[in-house]
Parts: sequence; structure tokens; C-alpha cells
Amino acid sequence: MMAKITWNLANGSIISAEVADGMNLMNAAVANNVAGVVGECGGCLSCATCHVYVDEDWTDRAGKPGDIEDAMLEITEAPKTEFSRLSCQVIVSPALDGLVLIVPQG
Amino acid sequence: MARHTVIVGASHGGIAAAARLRALDPLAQITVVSAEDAHPYQRPVLSKAYLSGKAALETIALRPASWFAENSINLLRGMTATTIDRAAQTVSLSSGQNLSYDALVLATGASPRQFPADRGGALKGVHTMRDLGDADRLKHEMVEGRRLVVIGGGYIGLEAASEAAKKGVQVTVLEAADRIVKRVAARQTSDHLRALHQGHGVTIREGVHIDRIAGSNGSAVGVELEGGETVPADFVVVGIGISPNTHVAENAGLSIGNGVVVDSCMRTSDPCVYAVGDCASFPYEGGHIRLESVQNANDQGAVAAANITGQELVYRSTPWFWSDQFDMKLQIAGLNTGYDDILVQSGTGSTRAHLYFRDGAFLAADCFNDPVTFAMSRKLLDSGKVLTREQAGQSGFSLKAFLTS
Repeated sequence: MMAKITWNLANGSIISAEVADGMNLMNAAVANNVAGVVGECGGCLSCATCHVYVDEDWTDRAGKPGDIEDAMLEITEAPKTEFSRLSCQVIVSPALDGLVLIVPQG
Repeated sequence: MARHTVIVGASHGGIAAAARLRALDPLAQITVVSAEDAHPYQRPVLSKAYLSGKAALETIALRPASWFAENSINLLRGMTATTIDRAAQTVSLSSGQNLSYDALVLATGASPRQFPADRGGALKGVHTMRDLGDADRLKHEMVEGRRLVVIGGGYIGLEAASEAAKKGVQVTVLEAADRIVKRVAARQTSDHLRALHQGHGVTIREGVHIDRIAGSNGSAVGVELEGGETVPADFVVVGIGISPNTHVAENAGLSIGNGVVVDSCMRTSDPCVYAVGDCASFPYEGGHIRLESVQNANDQGAVAAANITGQELVYRSTPWFWSDQFDMKLQIAGLNTGYDDILVQSGTGSTRAHLYFRDGAFLAADCFNDPVTFAMSRKLLDSGKVLTREQAGQSGFSLKAFLTS
């Protein structure tokens, strides 16, 4: 199963891709050359360089950050908001088909 | 014509330099030379999730193949830089090609120190843990019931020990110093890691000196200690540190001293040549140091790229590191160089942090399953705000509250 994911980039451009279920959104962003999502630590919750904002309409379905993620969101380059997530912690599922993410200015 | 930057090395530092250079200069001509045949990949995960099979090869690419094409970055794989002619500004490759450069970035990394071949270091079954090939070989060796001896109780050795033990391998770690991770951490951290490993059945032996790796029919069968005892082994991991790859830089007459010597803008003694990451020796507190970490490689790569485009950017990132062992996530913020005092913070469950101080001021923190202290320590060190030992030792002290005060 695939889900359509859309990234709105800081420079105004938009990237959309079909992403396989089970993949995390950091790997998905890197695979689709989404500038601004780095994933420096490879997705082990150590770097906070895959920070994105979840579109308001999707926050319920994308879920809330866990405890470790919440702590790491304190050291993102762009400010932490109620929409902040670390991409590596969001796993693609059918429920996220159509998900829209806003990539902060890098 | 667009300026041509040649980047030697396609690991974290080299790719970070290429990425930042492209972001800053859409017209720059960029060539990345990779010694390996494999597509550029992330390194830290090799001794962690990749070994345990939790991360597949396709998920550990540093950038997808299409990224190089889309960003017009010419990636040359399976070749090394053999000589640099600084006067002509050319670099020769092992493929026979000659590349002219306006700027050259050396991101050549480091190589694991080998156990001496005349003492068994070349026997079959003796491994180091640095690149994809090492990880693939170790994955095959790590089979339940087999016996592993790890030579060297540093972070790489302990990560290999952890992954092997998780697979049911019987592991013994041999450390020459009187405690594991002595070079990089306080006694409290050694004690904590020792207890963690022992709790998972790993045998840790400190203060032991190795005579040789014993072999039979060309394969390692054990490790002989001074005094005559032999610790039996089906395979051996040698984790005794790495040496910076400075050969090409040295032959080109660049200044060398525990790495390629650079200034705070990552420039070598030749202003057209930069060095970043594990191979670079950069100014720190009046001296020069070399750091072996992804953060350092990434950030220095980006600084070099900015300076190639004419900026005067200085490298001054707060260093940070991480290590995953068993169910413990260790995150380290800052450098503990010269520490003279430790404050142990025990939180709930397995949460714990060791704060390092020098002359009463906060330097660094080893955080065990404690991302809050890690994040706050990084924030604190970035801010330049001074936390004293006295403040941190007060009852009810909270880093988070201190930062916002």
C-alpha cells in the first residue's frame, strides 16, 4: 500500500510522492530529495534535523510526539509548535494518505 | 566558467559539503570522489541498527542516487585521490583521471587501527568496524552460540559487543586500561556501561594486556593474554581507535599534525584546500583537536562549503555524539576535555545523566535514556550561558528551568 505525502517547502515549492506503508517520513523525505529534512542521525532520535510541521487538518491522524521526540523537539532550528513532529517518528500508513507537511526554513 | 570544487570523500563530511555548496551556489561545478564502490551511506548505523538487521541498506543511503543527478553533482565511485599538485591545482585519481580544481575539500576520513599482523592481526575472523564491508562481514559472524572477543572497550567495541550479545553471541571485551571508555568519559560512565553490559551477559575485563591473537589453520581461535591465559574466540573485533587519512595531504606538503591542520574556517595551509570531518585537526581552546563524529563532519562540511563561496564562516558548533547499546540510548552533549568534577543526576527508571564541570563551570553531559537533559545541555552550550557546579547541585535544580530563567 502507498500513501500520498506532500511537502510544502520553505522556498514555496511543493513535492508530492507516493510512499510505501511502514516507511518513516524522514526516509521518505530524503528519498524524495526534500530540502530541509536532513536526518543527520539516521532516525535514532538524536539530532532533530528532520523537523516538520504537520498541516493543521492532519494533526489528529499524524499523532502527538512521544516523550523522547518531545524532548528532542526543544533543539530544532525552527521553533517548536503544537504542529511539530520529527519525521523519523511518523510511520506511513493508509490513514496518512494525503498528508501535508510544512518544511521549516533550513 | 563556473568554479569547480572537488570533494575527496563521500561520507558524511563530503556529502554535507556538496549539499551546502549546491544550496549556496546553483552554478558551482561539483565533483565528489568516493573510495568505495557502494553508493554513499550513513556510517553510525552500521555498528547499530544495520548490524542487527533493523535497518536495510536502502534506508541508510546518505542521499538517493537521484539527488546527485538532480543537483548536478558528479559522483565518481571506486577511486581515490593519489596526488595533489597544488601549484597546478589538479588532483590525480587512482582511475588515471586528472581533475582541475578551484577549491579542493579533503573529507578523507580515518582508518581503523589494525592489530599487528605479526601478532595475529591478519588471521581470518579478525575484523574492524568502520565501513559497510566490515558490517556485512560481522553480520555473518554474529550467530547465536558463537564466541566473540572484542579488543578495545571504546564506543565502537561496546556497540559491536551489544549487537553481538543481542544475537546470542558469547562476548568478552578486553580493555588494556583500568576501565572501559577511559579516554573519553568519566569513571561513572565506565561503571554504568560496564554494569549494562554485564547485565546482558557480556564479560568485561579491564587492565588486561594482549600478547597475540591465536590462530589455527589461518583462522583466529582465541586471544592470548600476557601471562599465558587464552580467551577462546570464533571471531574477533578490533576496536582500538582510528587514524586520520592524511597520506595525500601530507605528500602534497600540507601542514599535518594528528590530522590535516586547518584554521577555524576549515582551510588547510593552502587557502584553496579545505579539510573536514574525521581527518581534520581544527583549533579548539588554544590548541588543535580532531573529532570523530557525524555532527563534526556534517557541520564542518557545511562551513567549508560556505567559505568556498566567499563567506568567512567560522566553525563553532557544540559537539554532540550518540551511542545505542542494548536498550540504552546514550547521548553526549559538549566536550568534557579537562573536567575536574562530575555531578550524577539520577532520574526516574533508567534515566540518568553525568554532568562534567571544569573550574566549577558546566562542560558536557553524558545522558543515558535522558533526551531531556541532552537537549537542554546542547541548548545551554549553544547559548554560551554559564552553569556553575553550585547551581546544578542545588536540590530541585532543573536545566530546563535554568535555561528559561
